[in-house]
Amino acid sequence: MLFEPGFFASDPVQTALIIGGGAAVVSGVAGVFTVLRGQSFAGHALADVSSAGGSAAFLFGINPLLGFLGMAVLAAGAMDLVGVRRAQERDLVTGIVLGAGLGLTALFLYLDVTTHSTTGAAISVMFGSMFAIPPSLIAPALAVGAAALLVVGLIYRPLLLCSLDPSLADVRGVNVRAVGLLHLLVLSMAVTLSAMTIGAILSTALLIGPAAAALRLAHQPVAAILLAIAIGLAATWGGILLAYDSYDWTPGHGWPVSFCIVTIIFAVYLCTGLAPRPRARA
Amino acid sequence: MFSNFMMNAWIVATIIAVVAGTTGFFVVLRGNSFAAHALPLGTFPGAAAAAFAGVNELFGLVVFAALGVAGISQLGRRQRNDVATALTLIFLLGLGTLFLSLSREYSQGVFALLFGDVLGVSRAEILPVAVISAIAVAATALLFRPLLLSAVSADLGAARGVAARRMEFLFLSILGLATAMALPVVGALLVFSLMVGPASAARLIVSRPLPALLLSVAIALVIVWVSIALSYLTNWPVGFFVGALAACSYGAGRGFQWLAHKAQVPSSSTNALVG
Repeated sequence: MLFEPGFFASDPVQTALIIGGGAAVVSGVAGVFTVLRGQSFAGHALADVSSAGGSAAFLFGINPLLGFLGMAVLAAGAMDLVGVRRAQERDLVTGIVLGAGLGLTALFLYLDVTTHSTTGAAISVMFGSMFAIPPSLIAPALAVGAAALLVVGLIYRPLLLCSLDPSLADVRGVNVRAVGLLHLLVLSMAVTLSAMTIGAILSTALLIGPAAAALRLAHQPVAAILLAIAIGLAATWGGILLAYDSYDWTPGHGWPVSFCIVTIIFAVYLCTGLAPRPRARA
Repeated sequence: MFSNFMMNAWIVATIIAVVAGTTGFFVVLRGNSFAAHALPLGTFPGAAAAAFAGVNELFGLVVFAALGVAGISQLGRRQRNDVATALTLIFLLGLGTLFLSLSREYSQGVFALLFGDVLGVSRAEILPVAVISAIAVAATALLFRPLLLSAVSADLGAARGVAARRMEFLFLSILGLATAMALPVVGALLVFSLMVGPASAARLIVSRPLPALLLSVAIALVIVWVSIALSYLTNWPVGFFVGALAACSYGAGRGFQWLAHKAQVPSSSTNALVG
């Protein structure tokens, strides 16, 4: 049976479908620009650093959405502040911020374990807890997603130009640095949503996987974005369904949702390699 | 602080700092930060897989490191480097979540594998770590010139018969080896901080390759020793101190560069006036 009984009636599943869907849409949009700009590392680093916020939220009992988002925005600011021009140096600064942020995660998780004796904190922050998201988070999560999409919509053309040809954008009078910072901001909102669903260190999957696959197939930016969203949604919802159904296939415990989602994304990516390559790059 | 069980930690951490300082120099020079981060992070599920399959932990780590190296260099043929690295990473981590959930009892070990557990090093672990580190450092020393050449200029390297792609593969293999060995001791995330922080600081302070490499090793050693001491005193995780100190060392490097630049400008202008 494709849909095991109770799939749509279950509250945790509904929450997971909604927030996961939102994460997939925002990640698809942000991911295409991230791949075009060659900033996969920054995307991954922001997600990892946001885990410090997630674990701090555990510790202080604040809203996890606020924790993840606050830390990701802080990290994006730090990366921009150290501001360097050469791409290689940019990776280096990203790495330094990432190292410091993960150090903080280590500290907060340690304090979580010692003060609250929540030993599961490490797993749920790093690998996500799709079926344990409280329904009260739906509204703020969707608001964050909508804000991210709004920012992209407002700066769509300059962002695209900066991503494809920064020097041309500069000549045309686009403030390349400001656009870069806004992109980092959108990126941190996208990874916040996916970090809460499939986990901080796996959110890169939702960000880079669908976008990389879409850019292999599509000729135009808009088509690539739509395709990335479609792949992301299919993988997220398919993964949730698979994980839910798997409780009946392997008695005792189900397969982790994150694993199902990542596997679908990776399979789609590998399949796009079989398709003929687009003739010209957008 | 220097009691018997702490001695193992000091010895292993010192070995790892030397390896991380050495390989980190090339990580920074070649701009491989993402790969240096992705390899350890993608390798750590290997331990969970090994626990599930009931084989030696080191074996699982080496297999996953090899998968990572192969994935990054194979996907890199058709994709941009950073995308290839990201895809390899998520594939390995995806496998990791599966193995972690299959071997339930392993979830306790996740924190140690990610953030390190230097104080839990046993005497039996020292020998394999020392041997693999010696191999990694020896390989780096043997390949020192070609690695440097292909890092500084891929074209020049190709003209001298150094294939950039092969060098990349060899270097990633060294990185994978160093990673698999250091991981159970200092954790996936800490290896990375230790590679990038000291080396990037050293490169800002000294420009010639060999002194920069030695300085990078020295900074890595200081960071590790101070971190262990602080961790012993406060009981906080070592990973926190290593991450923070690595960032501080980079900041200090930037500060030094700025001061050196400021000192140089007036003196060169006076030279010009005298000349």
